[in-house]
Amino acid sequence: MRYFIDLTTVLTQKELKVRYKNSFLGYLWSIAHPLAFAFVFFMAFKVIMRVQMEGYVLFLIAGLFPWQWFSNSVNMSPNIFLSNSSIIKKVNFQRSAIVLASVLNETIHFAVSIPVIAFFVFVYHRTAHFSWLYGIPLLLIIQLVFTYGISLAISSLNIFFRDLERIAGICVALLFYFTPVIYNESMVPEKYRGLINFNPMSPLMVSWRDLFLDGRLDPPLLLISSIYAALALLAGFLIYRKLVWKFAEVL
Amino acid sequence: MTAPPIVFDKVCKNYPLYHHFTGGIKNFIINMPAALKALRKTRFEALQDLSFEVRAGETLGIIGGNGAGKSTILGLVAGVLKASCGVISVTGRVSPLLELGAGFHRDLTGRENIILNGILLGLTRTEVMAKINAIIEFSELGEFIDQPVRIYSNGMLARLGFSVVAQLEPEILVIDEVLAVGDEEFQKKCINKMKEFKKKGVTMLFVSHSMSSVEMICDRVLWIENKTIRMSGVPREVVLKYAGSAPLI
Repeated sequence: MRYFIDLTTVLTQKELKVRYKNSFLGYLWSIAHPLAFAFVFFMAFKVIMRVQMEGYVLFLIAGLFPWQWFSNSVNMSPNIFLSNSSIIKKVNFQRSAIVLASVLNETIHFAVSIPVIAFFVFVYHRTAHFSWLYGIPLLLIIQLVFTYGISLAISSLNIFFRDLERIAGICVALLFYFTPVIYNESMVPEKYRGLINFNPMSPLMVSWRDLFLDGRLDPPLLLISSIYAALALLAGFLIYRKLVWKFAEVL
Repeated sequence: MTAPPIVFDKVCKNYPLYHHFTGGIKNFIINMPAALKALRKTRFEALQDLSFEVRAGETLGIIGGNGAGKSTILGLVAGVLKASCGVISVTGRVSPLLELGAGFHRDLTGRENIILNGILLGLTRTEVMAKINAIIEFSELGEFIDQPVRIYSNGMLARLGFSVVAQLEPEILVIDEVLAVGDEEFQKKCINKMKEFKKKGVTMLFVSHSMSSVEMICDRVLWIENKTIRMSGVPREVVLKYAGSAPLI
């Protein structure tokens, strides 16, 4: 156990160092992407299509940052084992640690961008909430577990089905528009509203936004997203455990 | 008398031919029944009925042509591959000496790579930190140690890799043809280090195409050919036979 923690820490540090060594603007890059998208959606929906919503920029930012964390992790995952093939073929270490390190790396990027979200909260004349103190860590853990499970499954399967990478990319892009990130759940037509929570990312994204904007945590949503997270972790772990023996053969 | 650290008992290893998979999901699903059948039937035999043991402190050389199954044996010893039949028992921590640059990250410095590599080879962070100075000294990389390894030459990479393994007190050392790239002086140093390991009683598996180093270091040599052991015995004799069998260019 102690060894697994060491392994994960060192691998995560490696990822962080590699990421920042080659660019001066490392930190800025990790916030530039969601900010740029916030700008795009603001232009498209607020300025051009005139969506009626107060503080749409803040609304977007509160959802896009956590979404970015999820989508980056998932989009990275297909190549995690492939790019470490030389070491996997020779050394018998806990392979899942590489996946965890990659997801943790994205988690850290999200965590350090929280002040940016807070900054926009203040710009829009809202206040910080006491519930952030426990709400943020809670949602962080739920999303970390969920993302880790999904990444573990994709990274393991992609060794055998290389085109899963493309499929995962398309799915993440599609999922984005079916998740209430750029729109409010109340804007979804009544007859489809019941389907929202069948999308595992919806309750999580709505929770993040409620938390940042109003300091609100909705227990049913938390419960649903925790169940999704547990299921994702279970599925990811089972797939990984089933396939891990064959990694060195196929790579 | 302790039990031998490495025992192979009637081991065989076959691989499914994975091209049905890597051809993509589409191919796999369209040809599902055929693909599943083919997966079960067309298997590539890498090793058959292989039995040997390595005694504690022994240095076993493994020689043979390309594709004879040497690397598969090392994979099985390292525990990254699972035998298809037979029993393998390996007692002790296996430290593979990795091929050039494997497990290193190009953009990290030599020092950072030492930590990364040490952890991957199974040590805790504290253990690596305790040895890091000895490793750096052994590598003789001097001030290059704080430079990213992408600017290293092949020889320097080999030095770094060997230094990590050499200082980490391996229990079972697995060496797969990696010493060929260092300069002569460093090769000598490696050979000396390996002799030192021998004295300390480290069990070693040494795969090489360099017959002179095999003769120099090994206590016993396995000649692998055609998926199984062709000959096993005193290095000098096996090497002579092996050299005699190979067509001279």
